[in-house]
Amino acid sequence: MKARVHVMLKNGVLDPQGEAVRHALGALGFDKVEGVRQGKVIDLDLADGATEADVTAMCEKLLANTVIESYSIELQ
Amino acid sequence: MKAAVVVFPGSNCDRDLAVAFEQAGFDVSMVWHKDSALPEGVDIVGVPGGFSYGDYLRCGAIAAQSPICKAVVAHADRGGYAIGVCNGFQILTETGVLPGALLRNAGLKYICRTVDLKVATSESVFTQGYNAGDVIGVPIAHHDGNYFADAETVKALQDQDRVAFTYTNNPNGSVADIAGILSDNRRVLGMMPHPERAADEGHGGTDGTAVFRALAGMVTAA
Repeated sequence: MKARVHVMLKNGVLDPQGEAVRHALGALGFDKVEGVRQGKVIDLDLADGATEADVTAMCEKLLANTVIESYSIELQ
Repeated sequence: MKAAVVVFPGSNCDRDLAVAFEQAGFDVSMVWHKDSALPEGVDIVGVPGGFSYGDYLRCGAIAAQSPICKAVVAHADRGGYAIGVCNGFQILTETGVLPGALLRNAGLKYICRTVDLKVATSESVFTQGYNAGDVIGVPIAHHDGNYFADAETVKALQDQDRVAFTYTNNPNGSVADIAGILSDNRRVLGMMPHPERAADEGHGGTDGTAVFRALAGMVTAA
């Protein structure tokens, strides 16, 4: 099984990298971009028997820092 | 008086921190990240600055899972003393010993210069050598020093007098100008500025010396 974990800064947490990308897009003439948030994608190759609960535990313990980040899990 | 300084792959302030402890009269042991126990009778643990594990995933995230960090957390849970500077502060927040997290600097740039800090409380073993309100010059050198915690946590830190240092001119976007905080039992200090780099005349300033000098004779093994 494969799992894809998306990690994003929580809403309300300033994302200066996303802001810098937004400015750069504006400078290139893409003037319809109102906001950019930058995150991470982590792909996991999982052995048979691994469950979504396992992936949730991985996110809570390591993959995301839930003080500042939210995560979502896509099982493939 | 015994201090232990943790060394991770990528630590680069470990020796500076050890020298600052030695100048204050501590016997210092360097402890490798793969060790699973601190030396017997350690009175205080120093978690140094640097780029542990290349800052992979998040600053401090991998270090927080290392064998030695489990021993450091257990030490803190027993009421032991610890100081985390820069990457050490990031690691202590990742372990949950200290609240909050360190984000990318609001200006996105790595900042390396001496800044003015206000001593926000003298009510801790680390800050008792200052008077509250003193302004001291201490170097910062970080890319991810933007302290963040939710409003409730920040209020609790302020209400409990657990903000140790604030920036007089916020360089990195830290919430409430916070540069350093104390644990709820006031025995663990985490701070982004480097007091160990302001601890010798050769550094160009000695305003950080008081942190280490104040620890001498005050900390006890847990």
